[in-house]
Amino acid sequence: MADPMKIRAVLKGDTVDVRVLMNHPMETGQRKDGGGNLIPLHFIQEITVRLNGKTVIESQISQAVSRNPVFSFRVKGAKAGDKLQISWLDNKGDRNSTETVIG
Amino acid sequence: MNQSRRKVLQRAGTAGALAAAGVLRPQDLLAAGWNKDAFGAKTLADALKNIGAAGAGDTKDIVIEAPQIAENGAVVPVEVTSNLPDTKSIIVLVEKNPFPLVAKFDFLEGAAPFVKVNVKMGESSNVRVLAEAGGRYYSAVKEVKVTIGGCGG
Amino acid sequence: MRLARLSAAAAALTSVGAIALAQDTRKEIEKYQRMISDASPVELFELEGEALWKKKQGPKNASLEQCDLGLGAGVLKGAYAHLPRYFGDADRVMDLEARLLHCMITLQGRTRDEATKRVFGNEDKLSEMEYLSAYVAGQSRGVKMAPGMAHPKEQAAFELGRKTFFYRAGAWDFSCASCHGEEGKRIRMQDLPLLFKPEYARPVVATWPAYRVSNSQFKTMQWRLNNCYQQMRYPEPNYASDLTVALTLFLTATGEGEPYRGPGTKR
Repeated sequence: MADPMKIRAVLKGDTVDVRVLMNHPMETGQRKDGGGNLIPLHFIQEITVRLNGKTVIESQISQAVSRNPVFSFRVKGAKAGDKLQISWLDNKGDRNSTETVIG
Repeated sequence: MNQSRRKVLQRAGTAGALAAAGVLRPQDLLAAGWNKDAFGAKTLADALKNIGAAGAGDTKDIVIEAPQIAENGAVVPVEVTSNLPDTKSIIVLVEKNPFPLVAKFDFLEGAAPFVKVNVKMGESSNVRVLAEAGGRYYSAVKEVKVTIGGCGG
Repeated sequence: MRLARLSAAAAALTSVGAIALAQDTRKEIEKYQRMISDASPVELFELEGEALWKKKQGPKNASLEQCDLGLGAGVLKGAYAHLPRYFGDADRVMDLEARLLHCMITLQGRTRDEATKRVFGNEDKLSEMEYLSAYVAGQSRGVKMAPGMAHPKEQAAFELGRKTFFYRAGAWDFSCASCHGEEGKRIRMQDLPLLFKPEYARPVVATWPAYRVSNSQFKTMQWRLNNCYQQMRYPEPNYASDLTVALTLFLTATGEGEPYRGPGTKR
């Protein structure tokens, strides 16, 4: 099962309040497992927010963003029926993406 | 990187030509993808230098909403609004973290200069936020005290 | 006369100042709690829980969708807020986890051993019970907490829970009341709520199960009680035992009437 990602997009006038929930360990590489071994660095590095296919926000983050990250953004010039897509890329090359239609 | 920047890079040749084209600033060329140097900087000064934001002036137009006391440093919610006209990016740093640079958000046309992010803080520290607006960097700071709550359970 | 008034005023100021400092700290901590609740991944766990609720499992290859959580087979809205309660088909009072376990056994044909093999998960992967608890609890958002209190067994469970709350035992001779029974106590930066009083119990029962930011784990009431017993140096309680259900009923009934806020987010 692919890790779920969830977007809540609330339209206020022509601005969308966006909140996105992500499942990711965001390991800092400093934690140790039960056997005393360091758990390797594993974190989301890049996030992209697109409105109707056009990139509106690009972000680079570090392992210092909390596990299971949650972000809030505001996207202007949106209207009901617009597609909002958020995707991420992590340091292992894994990706995830989700899309919502603004209601 | 947005599509128009990528196209310029493909068409143009040298850094000089790009800078002359007036489309890219010198520091953009360092940040092709994830900025290893900036994120790997171990001091605030080095991180700011690597972003190209050394010497940013303080401003009240960056509003940082964060709790003064965090019950746990694993999740510290930080909300930033920039009231500076033409804000292109917001950068979040935790001064006392082993690697101070935490996140950079670039707002292309269509995004308001606003973000909320949960950061990890290793200890009580200033949360420093930079905004890039009108071609310059501005800075604001908020102190967050980190505690450990509860009975350990 | 004037001197007396001045020193009385000064005394009043210093005592108000001392209270204000503690109040400021409390307010800032409440702000932290609000902000993390507002930016919490719990809804992702609810989504996983929904998938597990609908997943066919066990020898009977059945989902949990026909599970009766007290409001009828498959009725989820408000069910969590009405637990713990008495169930005739099992002839006992059950909390959410006891009832889920019952449905896993009866509907899916699973054994108790298999279904409880990993009841408490970790930060990498929640347990099946934790995901399901998040999902079911989430379906009671906004519903007032109203556990069963009419049936004789429910009343007996409430009494047992109340007695247990104050009953000292274990290696340290602790009861729940040792930490949660006296005004003004705290552990580090956390005020300890007097859980036998409604005004303290209400916000607590309205926010469990919960995501713990300190360890990124999602925890249920069964875990909470298990961990409290561990902290008090008691033997480990059996999962979903009558005693743990009785305690949960006592706490929930003490907090009754409080609108459920959904799975919580805590330090």
